[in-house]
Amino acid sequence: MIEFTSAPSDAPPIISPITGDAWELVVGLEVHCELATATKLFCSCPNQFGDEPNTNVCPVCLGLPGSLPVLNRQVATFAMTLGRALHCSVEPSVFARKNYFYPDMPKDYQVTQFDQPTNVDGFIDLPDGLRVGIERAHIEEDTGKNSHLTNAVGGGGGRIHNADYSLIDYNRAGVPLVEIVGRPDIHTSDQAKAYVDELRSILLATGVSDAKMEEGSMRADANVSVRRVGDATLGRRCEVKNVNSLRSLGRAIDHEALRQIDLLENDEVVMQETRHWDEENGRTRSGRSKEDADDYRYFQEPDLVPLVPTAAEIAAIDAALPLLPAARRQRLAEAAGVTPDAVALHVAKGLDDLAHAAIGSGADADRVLTHVEHNLPADGAEQLDPQHLAALVTLEFEGKLTATQAKTVLAEMVGTGDDPEAIAQRLGFEAMDTGALETVVDSVIAASPDEWAEFVSLDPADKRTKKLTGFFTGAIMKATQGKADGRIVNTILTERRNAAS
Amino acid sequence: MSAPTGDRPATAAAIAAAVRAGETTAAEVLETHLARIDEREGEIHAFNLVLADEAREAAAAIDRRVAAGEDVGPLAGVPIALKDNLTTRGIPTTCSSKILEGWCPPYDATVVERVAAAGAISVGKTNLDEFAMGSSTENSAFGPTRNPRDTSRVPGGSSGGSAAAVAAGFSPISLGSDTGGSIRQPAALCGVVGVKPTYGLVSRYGLIAFASSLDQIGPFAATVEDAAILLDVIAGHDPRDSTSIPEAIAPVRSVLGDGVEGLRIGLVTELMGEGIAPDVAARVQAAAEALEAAGAEVGEATVPAVTYGLSAYYLIAPAEASSNLSRYDGVRYGLRVDAATTGEMMTATRTAGFGNEVKRRIMLGTYALSAGYYDAYYGKALKVRTLIARDFAAAYEQFDLLLSPTSPTTAFELGAKTADPLTMYLNDICTIPTNLVGHAAMSVPFGVGDDGLPVGVQVLAPALGEPTMFRAAAVLEEAAR
Repeated sequence: MIEFTSAPSDAPPIISPITGDAWELVVGLEVHCELATATKLFCSCPNQFGDEPNTNVCPVCLGLPGSLPVLNRQVATFAMTLGRALHCSVEPSVFARKNYFYPDMPKDYQVTQFDQPTNVDGFIDLPDGLRVGIERAHIEEDTGKNSHLTNAVGGGGGRIHNADYSLIDYNRAGVPLVEIVGRPDIHTSDQAKAYVDELRSILLATGVSDAKMEEGSMRADANVSVRRVGDATLGRRCEVKNVNSLRSLGRAIDHEALRQIDLLENDEVVMQETRHWDEENGRTRSGRSKEDADDYRYFQEPDLVPLVPTAAEIAAIDAALPLLPAARRQRLAEAAGVTPDAVALHVAKGLDDLAHAAIGSGADADRVLTHVEHNLPADGAEQLDPQHLAALVTLEFEGKLTATQAKTVLAEMVGTGDDPEAIAQRLGFEAMDTGALETVVDSVIAASPDEWAEFVSLDPADKRTKKLTGFFTGAIMKATQGKADGRIVNTILTERRNAAS
Repeated sequence: MSAPTGDRPATAAAIAAAVRAGETTAAEVLETHLARIDEREGEIHAFNLVLADEAREAAAAIDRRVAAGEDVGPLAGVPIALKDNLTTRGIPTTCSSKILEGWCPPYDATVVERVAAAGAISVGKTNLDEFAMGSSTENSAFGPTRNPRDTSRVPGGSSGGSAAAVAAGFSPISLGSDTGGSIRQPAALCGVVGVKPTYGLVSRYGLIAFASSLDQIGPFAATVEDAAILLDVIAGHDPRDSTSIPEAIAPVRSVLGDGVEGLRIGLVTELMGEGIAPDVAARVQAAAEALEAAGAEVGEATVPAVTYGLSAYYLIAPAEASSNLSRYDGVRYGLRVDAATTGEMMTATRTAGFGNEVKRRIMLGTYALSAGYYDAYYGKALKVRTLIARDFAAAYEQFDLLLSPTSPTTAFELGAKTADPLTMYLNDICTIPTNLVGHAAMSVPFGVGDDGLPVGVQVLAPALGEPTMFRAAAVLEEAAR
């Protein structure tokens, strides 16, 4: 499906472990995601995962003779919403039949879209700045699910060729999917993972899919090829399937790239084929060859009418779109004066609104970003009052709370919703005055004369200096039960050393 | 057609009126028809299944409701026969194919629901060419149906059983399906009225698909009025069929007496020459004169592209069929022939389950859609379809209705055309163009040919032109009397 052209990339090449030659990886991803509609694509059966097999079925999704499909309007809306979120043009579209025999397909054809898909020509911007083109995002129906079983004791088997019998669950048959066909603009496995992760964020942000790779509601297939750096023509590609997590996706692509490089460096050819990722053995194995693949005999589905959205419908979809991850990163990055990549995690955790508002209230951006990224618990953080967070950072900045105290107060804020000043008071967190702290510092120095002598004798650039600074700071913090301000401790230590040397 | 016995009502209109008025009972009407079935069905073989017990229960229910003072609908107590490619809940539906052996649909077709709701009594499932592929009802896995007018002759097809049921008086009305002439041609050969409605006027939900973009359900009846009553019952939007037309048309029964005064009616010259038997052409000419005598302006119409209709049809219909019939794979329902692997099981099942004509069309259609051939065959056929539509549109600028033979000949003998599929296909040369453009057309009996067998005249109308079409049909029926 992918038109395989790809511009040379800036990404680092793969260096062959055998020859040391530089190779370029080219990846295009096809992602299927199940839409989170209440009912199926062409009937009113529940669209639900995990129910008793063959309970969410009817004459339509079982493809019984005489039954006819009727398009679920919610599917059309979700598909177009996703299209707009991917910056696609939403076009008048038609459904087509893809004909092939397979027992998990009730009609032995799949209703999909072929030459006139709903969404075309979009893109996804990744946090690191890479823009990956989207060729199309079209609507299609899911198939049922086969289980291949053996009569042997405990016999799962799982593979069709050694199965004694197969069972089919049609609950998934007719579940609405959107297939997002990306352009081959990806050149590292990390970019591939980032792309899928970003797509997942968009699916979640728009609410059109729950995007769970483990449950199969989001499935990524990778078209992988390699070429020598500088080559203009693309290598022959393999489609890697059966990848069930982001980690597997990265491993599968890296493995497949090395397999192809190895073949080419040994003057062998890469067969254009489907390969299945074998998670257990960490390798891809050959599926069916594309050369003798089925001829799908696509033609327009005569039982359905074209899907022709009006300009008003598209405008309504645009108006209802939430702020999407890329725009969220851009917004927070601008407010904080950092790169979008630096706030990717904040956005991924859904805490960018909090950070943005706290920074907007005048709190120090670095401290806000650090707290949000590292010091907030997973649960309840999104309920934190941004004004409270801003107040906390200000207290810290004014030296009224140490970094350690601030963390404790923050945790308490999430639990109670109280303002930081009240919490600090309750916990007895008042920063020590400098005179009291100097007394503590001097007693710690007196307790460790050997270490102090070494500290004083060292050049400040010596790496031992850092270690000993840590040693004294740790001891002082222990003695003050964390109430000391680290920056002031450092200042006193430096003063004492300068005086001694 | 069996003459009405005594003063018993014979038409659907008369039966429904009598049942509603309490002058007769649905049970009594049913027994009369079951007796006729008993008498002649062995010879005719119109039915794959006679539903005597179910029909008696349904008739009793109607009679109870009439007794309770309910209005049971425009088809109150009227026996009806259903082509066996319409799904009936809990009742075997075979498409006259071995591949659906033992299958009972869990749901009724929309039309089956509608005729029941109108008070009709289903008396049986009628024989057809397997999956509606044929023009003689000889391609049935359960043996051929014979023409009640002359049992050495075919009844036409594919809805031969439904046409024969009406012609034999087994039921005053029946339902068929028409993909390329499968209602109109058997109606002509059996001497009854048969209607192919505008595509989308009647829901296809529950019609087992042959070629989805061409299939349409329609009525058979002994009279134009009965056909109108049945069409009014089954027409109308159905949300379960995406291709169902949202708009309603005026009830056709209400316009039957409006006459043809001032209507412009064109004889299609391309369908009056080569390949049309002279005695059939003569009857069509006579029909044109009858319409003219009734006040219509009759002229010669030209629809040049119809001559390519047959070729386009035999690419489009098999292409869609090859896909529609894929689901009969032995996995979920119907016949299964066991084999070592799933793929081999599918092959063995389909090899044993489908007859030769079905296999021929599946292969034709598969080929027409294949990579490298699509543009030359299926793609080109779609273009021809557009051309035919364009030519019809031009003709309908000059005429309100068109006229042609329904079938090139009267009923032929069993076995006469089975050896050569192409000769058989030519039977539908006059009817196919209507399906390709989604228009309406109907066949009305208009006398007999040299062999004494019925000749049907085809009245063609643009999309949703049924009311005008029925006005002309009523005039022809009157003139033929």
